[in-house]
Amino acid sequence: MAHDDRARTGRDTREEAAARAGIAVRPEEFRHQRDSGRRERVFELKGVDVLYSGVTAVKGVSMDIHHKDVTALIGPSGCGKSTLLRCFNRMNDLIPGAEVRGEILYHGEDLYGPAVDPVQARKLIGMVFQKPNPFPKSIYDNVAFGPRILGRKDGLDETVEKALRGAALWDEVKDRLKDNAFGLSGGQQQRLCIARCIAVQPDTILMDEPCSALDPISTGKIEDLMIELKERFSIVIVTHNMQQAARVSDRTAFLMVELDADEQNRWGRLVEYDETEKIFTNPGDKRTEDYVSGKVG
Amino acid sequence: MEAGSPSSPRNRLAVAGARATTQAKLRDQPRGDVVRNAVFAGLLLLAVTIALAGLLALIFQALAKGSSAFGPDLVNNPPSTAFPDKAGYRPAIIGSLQLIAGVLLFILPVGVGAALYLEEYADKSRWWNTVIEVNIQNLAAVPSIIYGILGLAFIVRGPLDLGFILVAGSLTLALLVLPMVIIASREALRAVPDSIRQGSLALGATQWQTIRRQVLPAAIPGIATGVILAVSRAVGETAPLLLVGATVFVTFDPTPFGTDGYSAMPVQIFNYALRPQEEFQALAAAGIILMLVVLLAMNSFAIWLRNRYEQRW
Repeated sequence: MAHDDRARTGRDTREEAAARAGIAVRPEEFRHQRDSGRRERVFELKGVDVLYSGVTAVKGVSMDIHHKDVTALIGPSGCGKSTLLRCFNRMNDLIPGAEVRGEILYHGEDLYGPAVDPVQARKLIGMVFQKPNPFPKSIYDNVAFGPRILGRKDGLDETVEKALRGAALWDEVKDRLKDNAFGLSGGQQQRLCIARCIAVQPDTILMDEPCSALDPISTGKIEDLMIELKERFSIVIVTHNMQQAARVSDRTAFLMVELDADEQNRWGRLVEYDETEKIFTNPGDKRTEDYVSGKVG
Repeated sequence: MEAGSPSSPRNRLAVAGARATTQAKLRDQPRGDVVRNAVFAGLLLLAVTIALAGLLALIFQALAKGSSAFGPDLVNNPPSTAFPDKAGYRPAIIGSLQLIAGVLLFILPVGVGAALYLEEYADKSRWWNTVIEVNIQNLAAVPSIIYGILGLAFIVRGPLDLGFILVAGSLTLALLVLPMVIIASREALRAVPDSIRQGSLALGATQWQTIRRQVLPAAIPGIATGVILAVSRAVGETAPLLLVGATVFVTFDPTPFGTDGYSAMPVQIFNYALRPQEEFQALAAAGIILMLVVLLAMNSFAIWLRNRYEQRW
């Protein structure tokens, strides 16, 4: 079958193509080659529009996000990647005037249905932000915050250790858990935010340009971490960095800014969504090809 | 020799010319600029001097006049008309302390609560929230005597009908400084970055959990600073207290609900200062020093608190 063929030969074409494009692809990711077509779906988006005070920011997005995949959202600035990401855990609810139309199913359940409490949804769908935002408390208290508000106070020390180990931060901070989190480096702070997030035991982690404020070494650590984390969580990541999308993601969605006829209004539109290797080697849309090859954007 | 080589005569001439031009440009600026600079700096210095001179004059005059009245009697004895050399501020000090305690009990929950509502819950697009906001700004500028009349009409008499008791004075002072506390608390809450709220909410915390465990603890140093400054304003207020029953001849220790009257430091100072006798003048001066010390200590503590615990984001 053609599908199986591609799955088998995917590795080579992807590596070759990446080499041609001058993109450094680290070998770890190839261990996680999957057949995404048959995977369980975490999110199903059907014609999702996002509006801020009546102005359209994202229009007509339909896509499925698979369980335990890393899904990357790429595209130029202002294309609505972050806006779309914030729909997945109802963070847009916090912005006055924000409105989400269309349907977002989360494990088959309407995420915006009347019976859904956004607070509960956010416990299942965690989020890591662009700028590391640790709380002005100790490292321990940062990680323990989630379990504490959930009332899981038994075995808190173990939970904290497990979360910090999960975020590959334990060895660096185990001797100074009581120190203020602001004393950590930017990359450590971001991993602390990831630890804080996984301490709540979500099933999906949303990452909004998690490495854009970090140096390349910290970025590499977080990318390694993402590849580890997808064994346990589904991850959706927004990134400006195409190499990063190529390195860590299984599937990539390319969004673009679209203008209306008189060029007065602009909104984000999903151009193409496919296996990462296809997006970067053999995109179906000319605009995707121009963007990933660096001709525009 | 080639024309382009570094040592050619034409090159040397060009270098010398460039240097001369540069030197000319680096010399003194035009005379007018120098004078204007000096005049402006001098005017600013004058402004600082005037501001400081007032305070220094007050301190020195009070020290000179009041030093004779300093001693244990000043804080241990009640006021007296017959024996000015024995008279002191004891009931006034105790009254002021109780007034402050009452003010604190009232402004902490109400002021911080109002600030939390306005910053965290109020929908700013609603007109009534804008009205509330403008009104709080205005209330902070209302003269204190107006609050005295309000206290007399609504707290001492009228709806609350508490009578001329110390608690009525506390409530009146609390109303007076409440806008200050609300404004300072709002500033402190606003200084907590949104990324902290978002981080907390994204973990599945409710709005109240976010406020209770993240926003409020981060804002406490700022709120405390505002509260201390507000209290130090309340300590110094005289006019509203005169209207709500602070009396000057209290020879016993006042109690919060006692109907026999109460006193406060500024009221007592005011009373001593009105008397013609030299001894009472000295007593008033000593009282001024006492109050200045307390106020400066409180304000310094507020500044220390702000600098010590201020969070840099």
